[in-house]
Amino acid sequence: MATSPVIYDDAPLRERVKNALADDFKHNAIKSAQETIVGNRNKCADANPLWEELRWEAAYIRNHVLENLDYYIREFAKNAEAAGATVHFAPTAEDAVECALDIFEEVHATRCVKSKSMVTEEVGLNEYLEKHGIHAVETDCAENILQTAGSKPSHIVVPALHFNRDSIRDLYREKKGYTGSNSPEEITKFLRSNLREEFLSAKVGVTGCNFGVAETGSCTLVTNEGNARMATTVPETQIVMMGAERIVPDLRSLDTLVALLVPSAVGSKITSSFQVNTGAAKPGEADGPTKVHIIMVDNGRSKILASEFRGMLRCIRCGACMNNCPVYRHITGHGYGTIYPGPMGVVLTPLLEGYENTDKLPYACSLCGACDDMCPVRIPLHRHIHKHKFNLAEHGHTSAPEQATFDMAGKVLSNRLLYDIATGSGSRGMKILGGAYGALGLSTSWIPVLRGWTSSRDMDLMAKERFRDRFAKRTPVAAELDENGMSAADRAEAAREKAAAGAHASVAAGAADAAEQDLSQEGGARA
Amino acid sequence: MKVAFFPQCMIDMFYPEVGEAAARVLERLGCELIVPDNQICCGQPLINAGYLEEAVPAVRSIVEAYAPYDVVVTPSGSCAYAIKHDYEKYLGADPEYGERIKELAGKIYEFTEFIVDYLGVTNVGAKLEGKATLHKSCHMTRLLGVKEPPLKLLEGVEGLEYVEMQAADRCCGFGGVFSVKEPEISEQMVREKAELALATGADYLVGCDQACLMNIKGCLDRMEAEGNLPRPIKVMHIAEVLDSGKGE
Repeated sequence: MATSPVIYDDAPLRERVKNALADDFKHNAIKSAQETIVGNRNKCADANPLWEELRWEAAYIRNHVLENLDYYIREFAKNAEAAGATVHFAPTAEDAVECALDIFEEVHATRCVKSKSMVTEEVGLNEYLEKHGIHAVETDCAENILQTAGSKPSHIVVPALHFNRDSIRDLYREKKGYTGSNSPEEITKFLRSNLREEFLSAKVGVTGCNFGVAETGSCTLVTNEGNARMATTVPETQIVMMGAERIVPDLRSLDTLVALLVPSAVGSKITSSFQVNTGAAKPGEADGPTKVHIIMVDNGRSKILASEFRGMLRCIRCGACMNNCPVYRHITGHGYGTIYPGPMGVVLTPLLEGYENTDKLPYACSLCGACDDMCPVRIPLHRHIHKHKFNLAEHGHTSAPEQATFDMAGKVLSNRLLYDIATGSGSRGMKILGGAYGALGLSTSWIPVLRGWTSSRDMDLMAKERFRDRFAKRTPVAAELDENGMSAADRAEAAREKAAAGAHASVAAGAADAAEQDLSQEGGARA
Repeated sequence: MKVAFFPQCMIDMFYPEVGEAAARVLERLGCELIVPDNQICCGQPLINAGYLEEAVPAVRSIVEAYAPYDVVVTPSGSCAYAIKHDYEKYLGADPEYGERIKELAGKIYEFTEFIVDYLGVTNVGAKLEGKATLHKSCHMTRLLGVKEPPLKLLEGVEGLEYVEMQAADRCCGFGGVFSVKEPEISEQMVREKAELALATGADYLVGCDQACLMNIKGCLDRMEAEGNLPRPIKVMHIAEVLDSGKGE
């Protein structure tokens, strides 16, 4: 099923979509989550008069970092090490997990507590550690549900959307000996007491990092449950895994990005927990890890940086694009079969995994642009997806029949003779197919070229006579004139002429003024 | 005023009555329409599917057909967007066509944009009794940025009450080839669009993009054929609304 940590379901797109649509609960859960999160996000945005400016500022900050990424990575690493952390650089996913394993072996740990992190999923950290006898306990509620169930995330920020309180109760009853009700408070209490033991006994805490701050070498975490605070204060050793591009220059720019991240991600102004962790605990400090390892992961990012998709590296993983996506709305995260679903995933996954491994992902998009409206760092997501489509067609990743069809369409739609023949026979053919129904209905869905449309929709027949033919034969209707005998177009033209003349006149007047000035100077000189 | 009219290929082939309604509205406003012989399709279906090279002949023939005119109007928001923005973005560097593409981009108007912003008219004297809701098509609303003109024009129609549908600017699931390439997804999207339009209680579902309307109408017709249509709702291009009550 999984071809890589990023692609967990390699069934064809159509099959994944069918499976996703077969689950009514999941389908409805995503729809209502979209309404709620986007609704709240819009309230936050509307309440902030600087929202759109902030988005420009954030895009600028992220671009600036990307344009100077070598400098900022060095700066971040230098300051993090000065504060007592050890910084590792992992060119590939394999390097990243091997680096983490080395750290575990060094401190002789076989368990760790972990807070939610997309990049650790991207490199397949948990699976790799498990293979080497190390168990990572997910301490974020939603991630813990997924881990317990062996399920995959349906969203990057709220990954267990496809579970409800009943299924969660049943899950913990079956797997963890839970005996309580379906009350979220009760389930959370149970989880909390379970996890508390894990926190207190863990030698290693693993977290992601929302932003690395170059100026201070700090790693920041934006969370909602406080579990990351436990994971970063109790264990002696902390491993931070971060995408190497997730850097902001300073605390001031961090403020801009966090102010956008939280409303964009969950539709609230702030989260309950926000940490700026700088380096390791100094001797005499009461808590915090004494060893901090920061693993900066490249895993294809340098290649993206050098490509036409550089803008995608601005992404701060807020998930706002999927919250507004009409396709994600129906097929849910599982329809994409990748850990990064929705518009950002459609852009990013082919870049990480190559076109040959990403099935037909870029076609799961109608290019409506709703994602662009939401993106806090203004990534033109739908244009990037469009670029993928160009690349797929240009580099022969589409089928030969499809290429031939489009080649033919291009010829017919640019040549009057071919167009006339095609529309003439098209009109006659459709009339026959339509029969007494007068349109192409369900009965035509056995025909391969029509199936896509007529299996779910009717199609009106082509007209007997095209617009162009009817237009050529008709007499224009009379213009409606006002009391001055002028039509709307006449008035608009007159106004335009007047405005243009006004512009000329003012230029002329300006020239006359200047001339007069010269003359008076001349006059003055004469006098 | 001479106006070169680009009817859009789907209107040419399937819905000539929409093109005629648009022509009458523009003529009543005092425009003299020209429909160049060699215009066919703006190439958008190919561009959106990723077939840029295959779209080039269509793009060239549109540029050639409309280059001689000062004002070009089309009753299709997405085609206006393709001509105004896509051509230049993808083919602007073409040594032979680049300049002419830039010129054309400066003189193409979507139908309602032309009436409201260029002619300065918001009331064309149309009459239509009932309630109307508007599907705010993606490329016109979000990408071309023409948001207010259709609403202003609907407001000016005597007897017509506007009711906004929920998620009016959410994609209807057409998306060109998307609709037939990913029919399972498209079907979900158009069905929800149709249901949200029906939920307004409107008599008319109005739009400025015939392709979206064809998609939504196809869904409504199928619902009717299957006995799932709770009540009738008439799908109308805004040109037909603005042509109403004029006795033709």
